[in-house]
Amino acid sequence: MGRTRTPVVAGWFTGEGDDFRLLGTRCAACASVFFPREDGLCRNPACAGGELVEVPLSRRGRVWSYTDGRYRPPAPYVSDPELPWEPRTLIAVELAAERMVVLGQGVEGVSVADLEVGMEVEVVPGVLGEEGDDESGTVWTTWQWRPTGVRA
Amino acid sequence: MTGDVAVLGAGMHPWGKWGRSFVEYGTAAARTALADAGLDWRDVTSVVGADTVRGGYPGYVAGATFAKALGWQGARVTSVYAACASGAQAVSTARTQILAGLADVVLVVGADAAPKGFFRPAGGDRPDDPDWLRFRVLGATNPAYFGLYARRRMALHGDTLEDFARVKVKNAAAGTLNPNARYRKTVSAEEVAASAVVADPLRLLDICATSDGGAALVLTSMEFARRRGVRDPVRIRAVSTVTPTYPTTVPDLPDIATDSAAGAEPQGPGFRASIARAAYEEAGIGPEDLSLAEVYDLSTALELQWYEDLGLCDAGEGAKLLRDGATALGGRIPVNVSGGLASFGEAVPAQAIAQVCELTWQLRGAAGDRQVEGARVGVTANQGLFGHGSSVVAVR
Repeated sequence: MGRTRTPVVAGWFTGEGDDFRLLGTRCAACASVFFPREDGLCRNPACAGGELVEVPLSRRGRVWSYTDGRYRPPAPYVSDPELPWEPRTLIAVELAAERMVVLGQGVEGVSVADLEVGMEVEVVPGVLGEEGDDESGTVWTTWQWRPTGVRA
Repeated sequence: MTGDVAVLGAGMHPWGKWGRSFVEYGTAAARTALADAGLDWRDVTSVVGADTVRGGYPGYVAGATFAKALGWQGARVTSVYAACASGAQAVSTARTQILAGLADVVLVVGADAAPKGFFRPAGGDRPDDPDWLRFRVLGATNPAYFGLYARRRMALHGDTLEDFARVKVKNAAAGTLNPNARYRKTVSAEEVAASAVVADPLRLLDICATSDGGAALVLTSMEFARRRGVRDPVRIRAVSTVTPTYPTTVPDLPDIATDSAAGAEPQGPGFRASIARAAYEEAGIGPEDLSLAEVYDLSTALELQWYEDLGLCDAGEGAKLLRDGATALGGRIPVNVSGGLASFGEAVPAQAIAQVCELTWQLRGAAGDRQVEGARVGVTANQGLFGHGSSVVAVR
């Protein structure tokens, strides 16, 4: 058996390995892209509204900024209070084609000392945290940003 | 007729961690403001409360809560929630009622008893709430966003950790002169540098604390003020509560991504600057007319951002303005002479009202040791979660 792998949010990303992609939606009328996805209405006030079509976002982008969290975040962030807190980096990434900035955690082992504004990063699948016991527990999966050329 | 309303009274409950109910802080601030105005609570024809959370239904009921605590007397009542902009929305509501002739004397109150540590969303499983999602998916606390802005400034404008620390040193020095401030000790750059990193590059002393506190104002029509023999009151001339303009291109709390500019070109100056621009336009003034500004220093780096968004200097010049001493007490354009959030901490529904209290005392020439000489025009700047603008212009 083992823990069940479950996306932390359904419908925001898909695929494995090099095929892993964030999923947004694009307005068929004005080309605005939305992440997290908008499935109801286009939020461009100048747009009369079109069909919102699911699109994968660019795999690579440039670091807009970055930081980390040296203190354990409060719930609903899942972390084991029994274990010492290990800071995770938080990276804001500019996607050129979508002309937007998307936040995400950095991959494990990447600290703020490894990052620079403007550096290229790519989206990869990762684990946000684990809950419950080995039999019936959950592995929460997510997206993470990894500097290109760095293989964890 | 002008768009002015008079500020006849201002009051606060001192900020700190008192461990009591927000109702106590709010009513204490209200009584102080009423005494300052020389009015009785029963003279108030409308009360506007800036809301706080009181567990469960009905949580957001500050207007009626304060009215009940002060003694039901039949006044019109309103409660407003706009996160950190709640206080500005309360001032805006009061002003609108006065200008519409619906009320002559309006009591505006905001107070909170803040939780310890990071602000966090309400409990439960709520994946349709962006504030819940950013904690759940990213562990992104408020300081995480401040860290992103700070690091971006360093990369773009060459701001340094020393520049950020200088903001804290300046505001702490001002806070020592304010009896309502929670922290009344000077802080050195060395102490900032020695404090723990919270969200790189920001340290504990770069980030404001959460506090208990209350603030209140008594606003009246100009005619009422004249009838009471107050010929030259501090006046509120503009209140800006604008939303952003699509597409927003800077990641803002609590969002996980910005809007996309692929379908619409970004227009205008960005959200924070647009808040100030709307206030200036409504007041018929510009940044060159200001005697002082009270801005939302959630982090030291964010104060530098506000200098630029308020037009006190050009983009990227914030740190230089600070280094030149322009924004210190005695400088060309003092900022946060109250001590700012650096000295007060956050009591969310009270803070935008507290900013106007400080302008009131400054414009009256009644700010004691922290008085800005000859103050005639002041502005506040603030921003509420989920796209609420907040800026007030007061004049004398």
